[in-house]
Amino acid sequence: MKKLVNFTPSRPWAWLLGVIPLVLVIGLYIWGSNARLAENPNDKLLPSFSQMGNAMERMALQPSKRSGEYLFWTDTAASLRRLGLGIAIAAVVGLAFGLLTGAFPVVNASVSPLLTVISLIPPLALLPILFIVLGLDELSKVVLIVIGVAPFIARDLQKHTLELPREMLVKAQTLGANSLQILLRVLLPQIMPRLIDAVRLSLGTGWLFLIAAEAIAATDGLGYRIFLVRRYLAMDVIIPYVFWITLLAFLLDVALAWFSRVLYPWHHRSDKS
Amino acid sequence: MKSLALALSLFLLVPSAFARDSFKVAWSIYVGWMPWGYAADHGIVKKWADKYDIDIEVVQINDYVESINQYTAGGFDACVMTNMDALTIPAAGGVDSTALIVGDFSNGNDGVVLKGKDSLKDIAGQKVNLVELSVSHYLLARGLESVGLSESDLTVVNTSDADMVAAYATDDVTAVVTWNPLLSEILAMPNSHKVFDSSQIPGEIIDLLVINTKTMEANPKLAKALVGAWYETMALMSSDSDAGIAARTAMGTASGTDLAGYDAQLASTKMFYTPTDAVAFTNSPALKDTMQAVAEFSFDHGLLGEGAPDAGFIGIETPAGTYGSTSNVKLRFTPEYMQMAADGKL
Repeated sequence: MKKLVNFTPSRPWAWLLGVIPLVLVIGLYIWGSNARLAENPNDKLLPSFSQMGNAMERMALQPSKRSGEYLFWTDTAASLRRLGLGIAIAAVVGLAFGLLTGAFPVVNASVSPLLTVISLIPPLALLPILFIVLGLDELSKVVLIVIGVAPFIARDLQKHTLELPREMLVKAQTLGANSLQILLRVLLPQIMPRLIDAVRLSLGTGWLFLIAAEAIAATDGLGYRIFLVRRYLAMDVIIPYVFWITLLAFLLDVALAWFSRVLYPWHHRSDKS
Repeated sequence: MKSLALALSLFLLVPSAFARDSFKVAWSIYVGWMPWGYAADHGIVKKWADKYDIDIEVVQINDYVESINQYTAGGFDACVMTNMDALTIPAAGGVDSTALIVGDFSNGNDGVVLKGKDSLKDIAGQKVNLVELSVSHYLLARGLESVGLSESDLTVVNTSDADMVAAYATDDVTAVVTWNPLLSEILAMPNSHKVFDSSQIPGEIIDLLVINTKTMEANPKLAKALVGAWYETMALMSSDSDAGIAARTAMGTASGTDLAGYDAQLASTKMFYTPTDAVAFTNSPALKDTMQAVAEFSFDHGLLGEGAPDAGFIGIETPAGTYGSTSNVKLRFTPEYMQMAADGKL
């Protein structure tokens, strides 16, 4: 009798077992949607797939009656611009702080407590303050993402910098390296793949703050649209938008993983995949 | 299979049209709806529910739009909302709804505020912060009509009502459209000018108790109990007796202000304290014209759904006649139960 803990499904089985719950969820949705639509053909709560298709066709392929823009694409572009800018700034800030505090004990002593305190502030609680100080435009949305993500990246990189073998630093100094050279030639290259990992992990948080900021005040963006059409329960728009955001998040994650492999193959050598 | 489908439909919140004896009503904070909270807390609702031998649960929902969405999805049998939201959310969603009680209309409670400018014409070219697609948006559209401007002359920025006051405190927000109590807070800030308000379109922004038509027809007891409880509360709060003042104080406290603040909000609200007034308002031909203006605005902004070929796609039944499609009536105004209250037949 094989113990359950030792039972590993073979590849095709694993794939099948993974697909079954998805199919079940979709099947349950279709059934529920049909049941509600049979009761009330105008029901908006669980739209059918064809209704969602029509809504998306309207949003993505037809110019809007009010502004003449293709709303789906302008929303996507606006959101990705904010997210990209916010994450990029957070990555640079996080890298600088993480590397410097990890490399120089004197910087660490002076900056670390502050960094810890800042990383503990819930960024959403800062949102009203951000809006008052920076206004309601793009700046406050990007800053919210930076504040939400940078401390996490900084602390993660600080930890990894401190974990690098001290022998390397000793070796580099024996070969005559000064502090700047150690920073740029020994520490930075080893931290870069860690930075990509940290960014991948913080993308989810970045999305969260982006949607939150867009929900409060905006004229475009994926989060703005979801919260706007919620006013008249347009689930046929909301559900595809949520899927699209999920897909975008997945694609960003895959792209970063691929970059990491191409740029830093040595870092992935220990990986099994 | 049928019982399974029924179980699932219950799970999916499809309201059943059968006679029942327990019901749920949702309300949210607004000057004209505070009586519901008071009536629930002080046993008035229970008294009337007991009289008709039913059970009514009155639930306060913090988020106004969410409460309407819940009602539309079938989670509540009745819910408070404005006439425009009743048309664009439940009626446009195919849920046949009836305005059981016409509670009040906004008579200055909603307004357009400009920073540093004192004429509505000056709004041209500005960014205007408001809750998009709400009655604020409708008020702005009606205001713009009055000075020959249109929405294309300005930029609408969707702003959550929770952040409206904070937004107005920033330099780059120069124009807002909002409602009380936010409106009075914003007007209290320096350099603010109210350039248009709902008293200039009286009777167009109406606050209702909307009930699911099927539920109402299957359970007239529910309608009678709700109307009875409402007008008992109205009679109490409109009196200047100690009990009336105590009731208004409680409502003010519950909405985050005090007696003076609540009375100030009531001053810019045309409450229908007596069923007779509410019946007269419901029966007047002006109601049909108002609903036509609201339907046209809603259609222009895509709120009636994409399947709507014109503003009359959803029929609106009023005592003065039906506006729009008679084969697709989804919103009804009826003085029936308010008349019973006026006649003392409850």
